[in-house]
Amino acid sequence: MSIVVPAPGAAVAYVDPARRARVRARARRDALRGMVSLLAFVVVISVVVSLTPGWPAVRETFFNGQEFIATFPGLLKAFWLNVRIFLIAEPLILVVGLLVALARTLKSPLFLPARVVATLYVDIFRGVPTILVIFLLGFGVPALRLQGMPKDAVFWGTAALVLSYGAYVAEVFRAGIDSVHPSQRMAARSLGLSLLQTNRYVVLPQAVRNVVPPLLNDFISLQKDTALVAVLGPIEVLRRAQIDASSTFNYTPYVGAALIFIALTIPMTRFADWTQSRSRSRRRAGGVS
Amino acid sequence: MTTTLLGVNGVWKSFDDHPVLRGIDLTVERHQAVVLIGASGSGKSTLLRCINGLETVDAGSIFLDGDVEVTSFDTDLDAVRRRVGMVFQSYNLFPHMTVLENIVLGPQKVLGRQRRESVEIARGLLTRFGLDGKASEYPDRLSGGQAQRVAIVRALAMEPELMLFDEITSALDPLLVGEVLDAVRELKTAGLTLVMATHEMTFARDVADRVCFLHDGIVLEQGPPEQVFGHPQQAQTQLFLSRLAR
Ligand SMILES: Nc1ncnc2c1ncn2[C@@H]1O[C@H](COP(=O)(O)OP(=O)(O)O)[C@@H](O)[C@H]1O
Ligand SMILES: [Mg+2]
Repeated sequence: MSIVVPAPGAAVAYVDPARRARVRARARRDALRGMVSLLAFVVVISVVVSLTPGWPAVRETFFNGQEFIATFPGLLKAFWLNVRIFLIAEPLILVVGLLVALARTLKSPLFLPARVVATLYVDIFRGVPTILVIFLLGFGVPALRLQGMPKDAVFWGTAALVLSYGAYVAEVFRAGIDSVHPSQRMAARSLGLSLLQTNRYVVLPQAVRNVVPPLLNDFISLQKDTALVAVLGPIEVLRRAQIDASSTFNYTPYVGAALIFIALTIPMTRFADWTQSRSRSRRRAGGVS
Repeated sequence: MTTTLLGVNGVWKSFDDHPVLRGIDLTVERHQAVVLIGASGSGKSTLLRCINGLETVDAGSIFLDGDVEVTSFDTDLDAVRRRVGMVFQSYNLFPHMTVLENIVLGPQKVLGRQRRESVEIARGLLTRFGLDGKASEYPDRLSGGQAQRVAIVRALAMEPELMLFDEITSALDPLLVGEVLDAVRELKTAGLTLVMATHEMTFARDVADRVCFLHDGIVLEQGPPEQVFGHPQQAQTQLFLSRLAR
């Protein structure tokens, strides 16, 4: 095989094959070293942990294989309720958050009531712990015995999550709207677009794009906080684990429940990281705009 | 016979307690090109923004076409801005839209034009300004000179009677200034009325019908370019031009 060096100025991306081989060899060597060092670390930790006096008891209580096999299918089934709560709450939170954020940007005196209500809502629900809102709605409203009001714990638990997260997401959207440079509004207005058209076609699309990464992070927490609805009694995954654990005094079901949450949040976190780095590099490439 | 398109009469404007415009008078005839010069911070941008109502004035009046008072509280400013185009130093293209969408947004949403018609006009303008093949690019893929020409096309697609240019070449690589100035020259030839803030003196000499020097919040000196550049009457004008020449 003969190596042909292109003539100077040739329209090709030329890399010296010897250099390329060196670079690849170094990358392979680094990867191998990393794996070896990681493996050594895992071995050392495992040995240390298994030699610790309390380890057999810990393993029996938290990592019991039989318990795991017995309870895990039930946990998975119960988790389906968490998933449904999440899927119903998420779009409602987006709607509430966007409407509240928009209400807070209205300047006309006619909309003062909307602005006041929106501000109060955010102030209150950002200040109150989510679990407290769940208690208040889940136990409080059914206690009123109002005609036609649902008594379903899942309904009120979901409503509480929507109200609590709606306030956070409204703030995220507001930050997104603020992050659109004023010169964009100026350019839109100077084309003759009305205030409403400027918001709809120029400001909001950019605002929403800017807040996708923080929104994803909020949804990761929401996904975990569906477990808070357990305090109202419906058998979702945490409640299921609690019931299983209290019947055998073994805590493996809790670990099982934790694994289920982790299995869902890890991909979501990676996805959020990816969108974040992508939007950062896009903005860098954008330069002036 | 010429007719007045823009009349600025005794306009005052301050930010907080900092007076920027202190009784500006300016008249622009149809088909004229008027160049605003003045030190940075002398209020050129502020004046341009007052002309299309992006900024409210504190005193004085601005008339468009003799009968529409831009500065009146009852004027529909969206209607004024339909007739007045503006191009900015930093292009201000909408980054989430392609070049074509940037251009047809105004005609479709503001003028209520059909999509097909707007696209046709936009493509014609792109060709005219050497931007063939850029229609479906996003702004971040354009060079500064291309972006600024797209911004000009976007304003032009609204078929304005008056164009305001605010230092449209100041953010550009020197190599790209020429192509943007050529575009402006073409607009002037086509008979559009222009008011532009610029530091490009050679260009101003070439294209301007009148040069206005802004200083201390007023138009301190104005006249044909050969007079203002060649024989400036005011000491402040001489000082400004000598600094610029260096
Ligand atoms: N929106 C604003 N708020 C406060 N001060 C402003 C604002 N816009 C302009 N100014 C001030 O007004 C003065 C004139 O600015 P500008 O019109 O941009 O001048 P030029 O375009 O001639 O450089 C500057 O001192 C600037 O700081
Ligand atoms: Mg300026």
